[in-house]
Amino acid sequence: MAKFEYAPAPESRAVVDLAPSYGLFINGEFTESQGGSAFKTVNPATEEVLSEVTDASAADVDRAVAAARRAYNGVWGRMSGADRGKYLFRIARILQERAREFAVLETLDNGKPIKESRDVDIPLAAAHFFYHAGWADKLEYAGLGTNPRAHGVVGQVIPWNFPLLMLAWKIAPALATGNTVVLKPAETTPLTALLFADVVQQADLPPGVVNIVTGAGATGQAIVDHPDIDKLAFTGSTGVGKMIARSIAGTRKKATLELGGKAANIIFEDAAIHQAVEGIVNGIFFNQGHVCCAGSRLLVQENIAEDVERRLKRRLQTLRVGDPLDKNTDVGAINSKAQLTRITELTDAGEAEGAERWDNGCELPAKGFWFRPTVFTGVSQGHRIAQEEIFGPVLSVLTFRTPQEAVAKANNTPYGLSAGVWTEKGSRILWMADQLRAGVVWANTFNKFDPTSPFGGYKESGYGREGGRHGLSAYVTTESNG
Amino acid sequence: MSAPSVDPTARARDLLGVSRLTNAALTSWLHGLPGVDQVGCEGRAAGLGTRSIKTTSKAWAIDTAISMIDLTTLEGADTKGKVRGLAAKSLHPDPTDPSTPSPAAVCVYGDMVATAREALGDAPINVAAVATAFPSGRASMPVKLADTRDAIAAGADEIDMVIDRGAFLSGDYLGVFREIAQVSEACVREDGTRARLKVIMETGELVTYDNVRRASWLSMLAGGDFIKTSTGKVSPAATLPVTLIMLEAVRDWRDLTGEMVGVKPAGGIRTSKDAIKFLVTVSEIAGDDWLDPFWFRFGASSLLNDLLLQRQRMRIGAYSGADYVTDDSPSLY
Repeated sequence: MAKFEYAPAPESRAVVDLAPSYGLFINGEFTESQGGSAFKTVNPATEEVLSEVTDASAADVDRAVAAARRAYNGVWGRMSGADRGKYLFRIARILQERAREFAVLETLDNGKPIKESRDVDIPLAAAHFFYHAGWADKLEYAGLGTNPRAHGVVGQVIPWNFPLLMLAWKIAPALATGNTVVLKPAETTPLTALLFADVVQQADLPPGVVNIVTGAGATGQAIVDHPDIDKLAFTGSTGVGKMIARSIAGTRKKATLELGGKAANIIFEDAAIHQAVEGIVNGIFFNQGHVCCAGSRLLVQENIAEDVERRLKRRLQTLRVGDPLDKNTDVGAINSKAQLTRITELTDAGEAEGAERWDNGCELPAKGFWFRPTVFTGVSQGHRIAQEEIFGPVLSVLTFRTPQEAVAKANNTPYGLSAGVWTEKGSRILWMADQLRAGVVWANTFNKFDPTSPFGGYKESGYGREGGRHGLSAYVTTESNG
Repeated sequence: MSAPSVDPTARARDLLGVSRLTNAALTSWLHGLPGVDQVGCEGRAAGLGTRSIKTTSKAWAIDTAISMIDLTTLEGADTKGKVRGLAAKSLHPDPTDPSTPSPAAVCVYGDMVATAREALGDAPINVAAVATAFPSGRASMPVKLADTRDAIAAGADEIDMVIDRGAFLSGDYLGVFREIAQVSEACVREDGTRARLKVIMETGELVTYDNVRRASWLSMLAGGDFIKTSTGKVSPAATLPVTLIMLEAVRDWRDLTGEMVGVKPAGGIRTSKDAIKFLVTVSEIAGDDWLDPFWFRFGASSLLNDLLLQRQRMRIGAYSGADYVTDDSPSLY
């Protein structure tokens, strides 16, 4: 038994007021479904049912798109940028005021540790609204082209790993540029989006500007296929992204897709090793590894590999896995049973293919969906765990000998979302960033996000950028780009 | 404690793999240590600072922190009366609650060692003396050694020496090594036992984290029993990131040599909340072996009363206030 045991420090649930069931947020109010059904959303840490939400039908999606179109034609599309900005500032401030409520709800529905929802997800979501609020009346000067104009009605489908943050990434730029929105949150994490509907009402946003329809794949497909959608924005798996691209081929719809990743986190022999170990941990165990840009492949220079592995394993033994609402929890629950099954299947394959498996041996709660922080050593490029996105707390360790070899291995993947480079040599950072085919290259850090910085992928990690001026450009047409 | 079995110079030659210990050899060894990324290091320290320590673990941490304090007075205006007051305070930190632990040591200037020793009697509280031309360290070696021997002769259990920061910053690592090794030798008493040596690096004057790491390794190599951040006379003194780097150093040193070295942040730690952040950092960086007054100390004066206030609050359920803890170090001004 450790000398210094941390007593439980749970965040209170009292701040969250959950309804037994939720309808759909269409045209500024919650409405009953027409022909849809219902499904339950659970707390993945306990399997407790949190609430029942609507599985929206195609008719519901049609109503939502019609409401968005009316709002676009009637009020939002004509409103001055300065006035749109006021609404966005208001939403940002309300998110800050209700931050604790959102953080607790996000943790309940998603399973992520409260320290992450409290310190990362919610503050960043508010920051995205603040950032885009500032652009609303300055689009002419954003360097997007001449006379930037909104597309109209935007359909948005977001994933379960950062539910409110992904909502903010989608809704903030869409509204700032004058578009109206139909958004579908992921089926396992709909609750913060539904609470956001409450914020939309509180901010007195005109009805129909933001519509939230819950549901599963069929609801998403109905949004994608709806003829009155002008633009789609999707974050999720590469498989679904390809389906969307096929669905809209030959239509006028524009799309941005932010898809999977298999990022290399590259550690050179001259790296600041103690901080690099932290960067490896943050890269793959942040948010249980449910991060599209997670540093899931560790590429470590062979002459320091043994030392790095030893330090990493020691560090992982101090990770606190358990109750996501406990303020000292570092790693929370896997978001769903389906995801746990996928992680288990891929890690079993890793073992079967001959990689050496290690986990930190921590105790796991009896109920809920859990997976120990796991490291595979002796991994080669041919292994499935080096190629496929696991989307869980599982790190594959590969080695390299020269910078050229590191680049070749890092780029040898169909994905290209992010990469990390750890070296004390500035010139090498610049050279690597130039060679790596990844949308984001972090130098001596990992998993850092900011609304001013564009984010997006190369290759099968998708197209289009979110955040920064680049992100704005996806939501407007100009006289130069049509 | 008995004299160290290893001669630091011989061990340094062995660890560095050289037949003669030169400044060049020391330089290449110290400059070969991994660098410290400032942003990452400060981020890690800030993360540890968000740990939420409540109820039973808070009570344990408060008592542990009290037992790790080197209760300190290092003023030109120190008198025997002031030192006796400090000794009395460490014997009975909270007269309303005899279960309160005592600090580990009382830390004074060399000329106050005898007074402190006499006032403490047989109590298991050490007397630590600052030496070697504290706080600047600007004196010749014979003076520094005489300063040390004087404190030892007066009964000091522990010596807190300062390194020559000028020598360190100018690259004279061998000079600093020799200085520490000689003071360590001067810590040996006539009967062959020796006082434990704390090496103050004055990290506020070394400025960079790379320097803090190098100075930590140099101090351990030269035979320091403790590495200590600061004199308390220079700002910034003991910061969490600096202490984190020192805790990494003692952990990595044990991996290399099998030996443990203590860590003492000193100066600027005034609240229980801060002290608990340091204990969290000790636990998660170096490990629980260091959570012991033999291996970790706080150089502090006002910290003790804040810990006592928190301790009273946990016992009676309400804040009492500053007038309910005894104050033996009020400001002169």
